[in-house]
Amino acid sequence: MSRILPAATGIAVLAALALVFLVVPTEADMGIVQRIFYFHVSSAWVAFLGFFTVAGASAVYLWNGSRGADRLAHAAAEVGVLFCSIVLVTGPIWARPIWGVWWTWDPRLTMTVILWAVYASYLMLRAFGGGDEAVARYAAVLGIVGVLDIPLIMVSVRLLRGIHPAVIARNEGGSGLVDPWMRIGLLVSAVALILLAWWLTTLRVRSARLEEELATLRRRLFVRPGEVA
Amino acid sequence: MRDALAILRKDLRIEWRTRESVSSVFVLGVLLLVVLTVAQDPEAEQAPALAPGVLWAAFVLTGLLGIQRTFLLERENDCLAGLLGAPIDPASIYVGKLAANVVLLGLVQAFVLPLVGLFLHLDLVPALPGLIAVCFLGNLGFAALATLFGAIAVRVRAREVMLPLLLLPLLVPLLIGAVQATRGVLAGGLVLAGGGITVLAAFDVVFTVAGWLLFAYVVAP
Repeated sequence: MSRILPAATGIAVLAALALVFLVVPTEADMGIVQRIFYFHVSSAWVAFLGFFTVAGASAVYLWNGSRGADRLAHAAAEVGVLFCSIVLVTGPIWARPIWGVWWTWDPRLTMTVILWAVYASYLMLRAFGGGDEAVARYAAVLGIVGVLDIPLIMVSVRLLRGIHPAVIARNEGGSGLVDPWMRIGLLVSAVALILLAWWLTTLRVRSARLEEELATLRRRLFVRPGEVA
Repeated sequence: MRDALAILRKDLRIEWRTRESVSSVFVLGVLLLVVLTVAQDPEAEQAPALAPGVLWAAFVLTGLLGIQRTFLLERENDCLAGLLGAPIDPASIYVGKLAANVVLLGLVQAFVLPLVGLFLHLDLVPALPGLIAVCFLGNLGFAALATLFGAIAVRVRAREVMLPLLLLPLLVPLLIGAVQATRGVLAGGLVLAGGGITVLAAFDVVFTVAGWLLFAYVVAP
């Protein structure tokens, strides 16, 4: 598994790049900048996947205290925030030529930046809350509350005014994927980024486990022979 | 339930004897109204349109400090440890604290709300029943999350910054719902406020239940 995943990720990323830059036709109205959309939308899906993983792993951790679930929740939050940041960077690059502004307070944009803040605060709690078991529990509570907040954020931002194009579901806003290659491009990009995120998560889980082992060994090292730990 | 009532009585009695939280938070609320209005420098006829946003920004920020105070009080002399050591279900502690926080927030609002009408040229009297309903729904949702995260924030390092950091992003749906509902109520009644009130009610239900279930994990030894 430790070898298959990086290899599969590499192949999928290369395939996505080739499709997006060589095969997929240029969108008629928006031109070349529309190609950023394949990574923008895929990153958004990956970020959501990450946040739901945080909630699932947090629930398991509160249920049975599994260290592995706690490490997975932390790693998934890091990867989720990373991909959410990618969404927030790629979006304005597209929006500037199309909408004429880098940012608007459209429902989806507002939702994305709020979600980013929720999980950034999760990482702050992990980083600065202190390192003990209690903080892992608090983070798990936040991980669950955060995911409960997602539907409320979605509903509440609809009370704001919106201009974001709806992808696939409805073709308003001129962003419908008319060419079948566009759909294939999006699908392959999504698979590539999901594999990449999965790989990154396993790496972070492993490094967290090694850090814990190191801390245990260090404690043992500094207890002198004959002394009671 | 009786335990929750006892905790509610205890918190309100502490507040009644010192009047510390409500009075200091009230003055802070007035200051925020002034700062938020002056910063936007509205024309006389624009002022009423600012009211919902100014009102709820002030409520959220004063609420954060008020909630932080009620938990810092419990830290003094290790009261929280005593409370948790008592043979009470943690869920009852949550309900009691939640109720106390809702009452205290409402008390501060009862003083701040008339001032908003005064400062921003609004006739609040015809909209009063709607405003009270929106304030109650907003307070309940706010207190539901703030009680849960207040208990977390006092027990971690970097506690002063942690409570706003954790709470504010989670509270955005409540803020949007409350502002839209207040705007609707002021513009002509509960029908216009429907969307906002729906969001507030959903927020209240989701997070009072979540807080009630999760509080035990926060205060577990």
